[in-house]
Amino acid sequence: MGSEYLVEMENISKRFSGVKALDNMNFKLGKGEIHALIGENGAGKSTLMNILAGAFPSDEGTIKIDGKIRKISSPKVSRELGISVIHQELMLAPHLTVAENIFIDRLSSKGGVINWKKLKQDAKDILTKLGFGDIDPNARIMDLSVAYQQVVEICKSLSRNVKILVLDEPTAVLTFNEIQKLFVLLRNIRDQGMGVIYISHRLEEIFELCDKITVMKDGCYIGDYDTKNISKDELIEKMVGRELTTLFPKRNAEIGDIVLEVKNLNAGRMVKNISFNIRKGEVVGFSGLVGAGRTETMRAIFGADKIDSGTITYFGKEVVFKSPYEAVKNGIGFLPEDRKQQGILLDMPIRNNVTLTALKKVTKASVIRQKADKGLAESILKEVSAKYHALSDKVSSLSGGNQQKVALSKWLAADCKLMILDEPTRGVDVGAKSEIYKIINDLAESGIAVIMISSEMEEILNMSDRVYVMRRGSITGELPKEDLQDVNIMKLCVGE
Amino acid sequence: MKTDAKKYSNSITEFIKKYNTYLMLAVCLIICMVISPDFLTLTNLFNISRQYAALTVVSMGMLLVIATGGIDLSVGSYLACGSVLVAIFINSGLGLIPAILLDVALGLVCGTLSGVLVAKFKMPAFIVTMAMMTIIRGAAFILSNGSPIRTPSNTISQLGQNTVAHIIPLLLVLALVVVAIFAFVINRTSFGRIVLATGSNENCVRLSGIRVNYYLIAVYAISGLCATLGGVMAASRTGIGTPLYGEGLELDAIAACVIGGASLSGGTGSAVKTVVGVLVLALIGNIMNLLSVPSYPQDVIKGLIIIASVLLQIFTSSKKETA
Ligand SMILES: Nc1ncnc2c1ncn2[C@@H]1O[C@H](COP(=O)(O)OP(=O)(O)OP(=O)(O)O)[C@@H](O)[C@H]1O
Ligand SMILES: [Mg+2]
Repeated sequence: MGSEYLVEMENISKRFSGVKALDNMNFKLGKGEIHALIGENGAGKSTLMNILAGAFPSDEGTIKIDGKIRKISSPKVSRELGISVIHQELMLAPHLTVAENIFIDRLSSKGGVINWKKLKQDAKDILTKLGFGDIDPNARIMDLSVAYQQVVEICKSLSRNVKILVLDEPTAVLTFNEIQKLFVLLRNIRDQGMGVIYISHRLEEIFELCDKITVMKDGCYIGDYDTKNISKDELIEKMVGRELTTLFPKRNAEIGDIVLEVKNLNAGRMVKNISFNIRKGEVVGFSGLVGAGRTETMRAIFGADKIDSGTITYFGKEVVFKSPYEAVKNGIGFLPEDRKQQGILLDMPIRNNVTLTALKKVTKASVIRQKADKGLAESILKEVSAKYHALSDKVSSLSGGNQQKVALSKWLAADCKLMILDEPTRGVDVGAKSEIYKIINDLAESGIAVIMISSEMEEILNMSDRVYVMRRGSITGELPKEDLQDVNIMKLCVGE
Repeated sequence: MKTDAKKYSNSITEFIKKYNTYLMLAVCLIICMVISPDFLTLTNLFNISRQYAALTVVSMGMLLVIATGGIDLSVGSYLACGSVLVAIFINSGLGLIPAILLDVALGLVCGTLSGVLVAKFKMPAFIVTMAMMTIIRGAAFILSNGSPIRTPSNTISQLGQNTVAHIIPLLLVLALVVVAIFAFVINRTSFGRIVLATGSNENCVRLSGIRVNYYLIAVYAISGLCATLGGVMAASRTGIGTPLYGEGLELDAIAACVIGGASLSGGTGSAVKTVVGVLVLALIGNIMNLLSVPSYPQDVIKGLIIIASVLLQIFTSSKKETA
């Protein structure tokens, strides 16, 4: 008959080469419950879930599944216990198709032969059932947007016999519609008696979706709360350990001359006839659903993709950047949305990442001046209040949010005049979000033009001086400050 | 108590992880010393160093290529062609230094060609350098008419026989200088940092506004240069240039890099450790010579030992696993 809890993790401790990531942490998940696990960047959420997933063992503590003490010694054991973890960093085979990825561990049916027709049909069925019938099972993962990759990842685990589904920041890459679809799905799962552990930095979502909340801080257990009985502010205070007065700090930037003017830009299939401009000291938001072509537009301007037609005027001069090198040389910075693939060097030390764009500043006759290099890295990381152990640690040892700060630091080191930020606060905790907003404000106040692509409504509404909304590769509207309202944006997003 | 023991064993594995390349060398050294009392004589050591100086230099070039996540299978052919050409140049009356410079410059040009194919045309390094391997070896045979080319005894063989301070072989000094330069470049210059970064995540480096292609082309060019210089060194030991030099040398160079901790997927690499890798290979060869193992079994045993040492390398530095 089991116990009333699906998962009980008690007194879990874990160290990484001397640094304590978890310290006597407790976590309980009940049946038919969507349970949020929250805490700042580096609090240890992913580490706790990795232990549950069998990625590595805990140093101390016990885990009970369904009331029985279990030793989760490998990912396989974890899977057999009905646990499925969808990681913060996607784990799909990029060259394989959607169908192959969903069924990756049971591709063959009879005697090792793959029944392709059935495989594709099964994949299609699952996708349709989950409300994502528009994803082609034959598409290769690498050709999908990050959001759709995420959806495939979720489908992959739901297609298995799961009892406990762990989602580590699933919505970081999704937009409103997709989030809503996901929520319907998760509630469905809950009502069937399964348990869902939900990690997110977006508190609105947690209040909308979750039944219970566990807060952790610096690897320690802080408390369990019912969503009904706690307010957002209280929750933030528990998480951060202090009161957070304003998430969106005030900006006092002087808006000046036009920095960039794009006219009738066409590039590939996803960028159609784009025209917009941005001024000095201005923060211009780009809103839209995932796949609206925002990233593609910016990549074309940045010289990462080819331009088919149109004109780009940058500081009064008509330009075409043929490569990111030329764009960066002219003072443009670009923080990509896909952190792991494009934003950071995971296997490299933190320091090498931060000063990558500014090597000229810290070298003399291309010999690196160690002190200058270290100093620059340290001062910028301090500016973004990144949490790290040593500059020589690999970026992969940082928590997701701190990795994002490293990615951003790289561009702060580069002295840009135009900064393009693609989902700048993805996976970043509330405290750090506010810090990143502060950095964006500082950039604007120092006269830098900031383009901010964001799928987070609140962020778009509060940070932008002006917003362009894109849909299917075209700009559907421009909203000045006074018209910034979520209904207006939503309308333009879906094209009404 | 229990945690103490755990900690202790942890620190031992940490130690092995960190120093496995050196441990391997120590094991080989000890075996050598036990097997033969002649091993630790200066004559033997300097002989070994003469013999492996060329491989050391070739491995340095290879290391840069591997650090970007590429591979250069053509180094053995460059070495052969380099030895043939330097002999031809000398016989045609060119001075020693101009002959060497011209030779090495040609290596650089051919390497650049491979680099352009890999970087600009996005061809797999494996294919490009394999094609280059047969092209250049073929060229070496054509240029030499398939037979060894002798040089006058007072020219290039001087280089191979000369010593510094009456005792240290000049070739050894040359190799050490090259290693020092590479160690410096990899650890201390922006070039080295970008090369490693490219191996770690080329996409990210490109989007950071760095002309990745330049660096990719450069590493293949440098590898061509190093391998050709290796050819000069090989010719200097015998005074002969022959298209038969350097068969299978690419494998030794790759093995040296990997034993030295470089990952074939790029992003890592240490010049000093690669030298240790060369030394491990050298000692394995030396042990077998001391034991007078015949040549064909030597190849088999060497191959097995390389696999074993690389396996050890992989197991002890297993960092990839863990989500
Ligand atoms: N493999 C590792 N090696 C060393 N340290 C690690 C490793 N994995 C995690 N850590 C450290 O453990 C701590 C907890 O990290 P974790 O990824 O669990 O945080 P998190 O709560 O998931 O944060 P985020 O919200 O940013 O994802 C961090 O200080 C991190 O640097
Ligand atoms: Mg995390």
